[in-house]
Amino acid sequence: LLFSLFREKKRTKVVELTENMVVDGGSGVSFEWGGRWSHIKKFLERPGPFTHPDFEPVYSFIFLFLLETCKILVIGAGGLGCELLKDLALTGFRNINVVDMDTIDVSNLNRQFLFRPKDVGRPKAEVAADFINSRVPGCCVVPCVDCINLSRLFLRLEFHIIVCGLDSIVARRWMNGMLLSLLVYEDGVLDPGSIIPLIDGGTEGFKGNARVILPGMTACIDCTLELYPPQINFPMCTIASMPRLPEHCIEYVRILQWPKELPFGDGVVLDGDDPEHIQWVFQRSLERAAEFSITGVTYRLTQGVVKRIIPAVASTNAVIAAACATEVFKLATSAYIPLSNYMVFNDVDGLYTYTFEAERKENCSACRQVPQDLHFQQSSKLQEVLDFLTENASLQMKSPAITATVEGKNKTLYLQSVPSIEQRTRANLSKTLKELGLTDGQELAVADSTTPQTVMFRLCFTS
Amino acid sequence: TMAATKASKEQKYDRQLRLWGDHGQETLENAHVCLINATATGTEILKNLVLPGIGAFTIVDGHTVSGEDAGNNFFLSNNSIGRSPDKLLDNDPEFFHRFTIVIGVQLPESTCLRLGSVLWNASVPFLICKTYGLIGYMRLVVQEHTVIESHPDNALEDLRLDQPFEEFKNHTNSYDLDSMDKKDHSHTPWIIIVAKYLEKWLSEHNDQLPKNYKEKEAFRQTIREGIIKTDGGVPEDEENFEEAIKNVNTALNLTKIPSSIENLFNSEQCNSITSQSSPFWVMLRAVKEFVHDEGKGSLPVRGTIPDMIADSQKFINLQNVYREKAMQDAAAVSKHVECLLRSVGKPPESISEKDIKLFCKNASFLRVVRCRSLAEEYSVDSVNKDEIASYMDNPDSEMVFYLMLRAVDRFYQQHSRYPGVYNYQVEEDINKLKVCVNSLLQEYSLSVNIKDDYIHEFCRYGAAEPHTVSAFLGGSAAQEAIKIISHQFVPFNNTFIYNAMSQTSATFQL
Repeated sequence: LLFSLFREKKRTKVVELTENMVVDGGSGVSFEWGGRWSHIKKFLERPGPFTHPDFEPVYSFIFLFLLETCKILVIGAGGLGCELLKDLALTGFRNINVVDMDTIDVSNLNRQFLFRPKDVGRPKAEVAADFINSRVPGCCVVPCVDCINLSRLFLRLEFHIIVCGLDSIVARRWMNGMLLSLLVYEDGVLDPGSIIPLIDGGTEGFKGNARVILPGMTACIDCTLELYPPQINFPMCTIASMPRLPEHCIEYVRILQWPKELPFGDGVVLDGDDPEHIQWVFQRSLERAAEFSITGVTYRLTQGVVKRIIPAVASTNAVIAAACATEVFKLATSAYIPLSNYMVFNDVDGLYTYTFEAERKENCSACRQVPQDLHFQQSSKLQEVLDFLTENASLQMKSPAITATVEGKNKTLYLQSVPSIEQRTRANLSKTLKELGLTDGQELAVADSTTPQTVMFRLCFTS
Repeated sequence: TMAATKASKEQKYDRQLRLWGDHGQETLENAHVCLINATATGTEILKNLVLPGIGAFTIVDGHTVSGEDAGNNFFLSNNSIGRSPDKLLDNDPEFFHRFTIVIGVQLPESTCLRLGSVLWNASVPFLICKTYGLIGYMRLVVQEHTVIESHPDNALEDLRLDQPFEEFKNHTNSYDLDSMDKKDHSHTPWIIIVAKYLEKWLSEHNDQLPKNYKEKEAFRQTIREGIIKTDGGVPEDEENFEEAIKNVNTALNLTKIPSSIENLFNSEQCNSITSQSSPFWVMLRAVKEFVHDEGKGSLPVRGTIPDMIADSQKFINLQNVYREKAMQDAAAVSKHVECLLRSVGKPPESISEKDIKLFCKNASFLRVVRCRSLAEEYSVDSVNKDEIASYMDNPDSEMVFYLMLRAVDRFYQQHSRYPGVYNYQVEEDINKLKVCVNSLLQEYSLSVNIKDDYIHEFCRYGAAEPHTVSAFLGGSAAQEAIKIISHQFVPFNNTFIYNAMSQTSATFQL
């Protein structure tokens, strides 16, 4: 289904073929040379026993699509992003957009190989794009440094495939939600033409994973949210009055001492990237630790705790990005059946991979069209609903805003992100659902940073 | 300045120093890697070694760059010795002795075997890598590779609750749970709680530890009954007691020397310590002697405890009990080390206290990887038929790719080219390759079935080296090389196959 769709897209943009496949970059300069694509050619012009059923070995046709037409969006120009850009460029993809809001830091240089010491401070997307465009003749990587423009980018360009090399689950879920919002249903049936495949890669130290998501068809990010258990923070009583580990001492300084002492002035927030700030936290943490005879506070540990640093090496990023890029190639060319649909990698002890098919969740709040049921008593307080939305492993919302239609009017029950509304609606949290005028079976609309679309829930009163 | 360079390196390498530490980084910076063949795969491996800070590298490659190379290779300018590895083997095989590790990429079988023999005899680790179509292949050849810091993912704690040492017993005796105020009671570490209740249990059960589920459940119940109750008889919220109950299962694990360590104790290298013995074996022998002496049958105490609900003082005091015992045990091991070193005429300072402490802390996690030589793998007399045949019970197992790569090597030997490189060759080479497959199976008396589809597919590949598969292997191989150089984390043993078609992989011991 999906691939016949791609073929349609390809057909509308086929350019006249010439024998020598000389590709004109617009300035009359040829970007080709003999043998350049010979490694790829073999997979596109030869039939084989393991190709996708839709595969047609017509090299020029498919390859032209790859080179000229196929639009890829790479999200993230960091550890995975740099590798992805290289892999895609050397596989023949030329129309690539890359998005990253970040600037280059020294600590990136052990793995983000498109960057050099002189680039520190510059936007990652720009430097990455420059490097690839210079190194791979004909490749056109367009950087986007601005996140807000992402939605506009989507509306303007028709991407064929999205590849994510993100370092945050919230961002992944947002991207996931964005692609789901673009799906078109006719009479309840999904139009395959509206599906944009999402290839998602993630790494942490020596572990990584690569997955293929066909929004609306296969398991989405939220379907498997339990695979990312919520980040555990230390309990406040431990931090405040009974520290045992050096980490507890550091968190004490970060959470309690800094706001109290404001060592660098009023309103100056702790900046993990400022060595002076870290030095201050380090010294105070040593003092705190000494009070309790705790050993082990180091500058490195301090920085790691404050910035929530995740260790990273070049090798894991290379492996996962390569797996993702292979999948992009498969999807764009139908050369092989794509990964179905999740691969896990770990090279702590030997090399271990595990490949399985993650299943769609029946009641996924993101990709199922049906509102999810919320079971509460009439006498339950709104705070309990809020807690459920944030603490439930399958939802893990950050600061949900809840609205409902009460007596024909749209009512904001609670919204945290706008101070004036927060103040106005705060009292609702201690009111019961009955007191708020909510009825059994009614729908609640919830907005949150984890999804671009409002999530619908249905209240089911229990006795 | 030196200090400025050191500081900027700390910053640059921060994210990886958190994995292998400053001492691991030092081994990388002192290493000299040899890469043979700067193909796409080769340069990807090299990039992933240069980025983390490898000290030096030498590229051996007799080929000149072709248009094909410029298509799949991100790096075109390199410092290469323009001689082929075969010529070096002919004229100066000792050239390879200087390297920390040799990585051979896209090498034909004959070169691999020659090089394998030279490096085996020189005890230089050899990592063979090959990207062939959508298949990645790695073979590690190292006689003996010891690992002290294997960094296991889910290590069991070393708490000794089943055989508490003197100082621990004294420490638990200093607690009287029944006479504590609520605050202290609720902030007593769970380890103490389990120890106390275990003491009681043992006295009531003829010194027998809870063994089966029923007994453990009964034991958990005794702890549960120890939770403070309100006047009305309702149990209070005592998280530390809940922790104790939750941890009973693992806490009652018998303190045992892992069989892998017993095996190491029984090995030749451990039993015959000479002046040539590496520090690893000297320390292992010392630990073995400790086990039979001061350790009374157990390894040195590790000295770490997990975090748990407790007030600071109680936790730190308990932690110190374990830490001090660990130091004591390490000191005892040190004495054995000194004795051993003296007995082979080496100065006692040649193995540092720091190293001995690190060794003792990791005593349960030591690993030794021994790979068979290429000669053993390839010889008809010692080929691992069982491994191959049993995996091939499933004809689609990754093992089929290993056999196909061997067959393709055979084809190269016979025809001086790989199958299916040019379009017109694909069809006609299928039968030629099939002949190679059959002769391979026959030579090794392997009665396995290789589906025609795989033979067709390998002709179709035409020895292509697509970039994404090269990049996957590039990351994998580089990390294995880093493991060999740093002696941290555990290398694979000894054959790794990656299948990009299905995104699956397998490791075989051939």
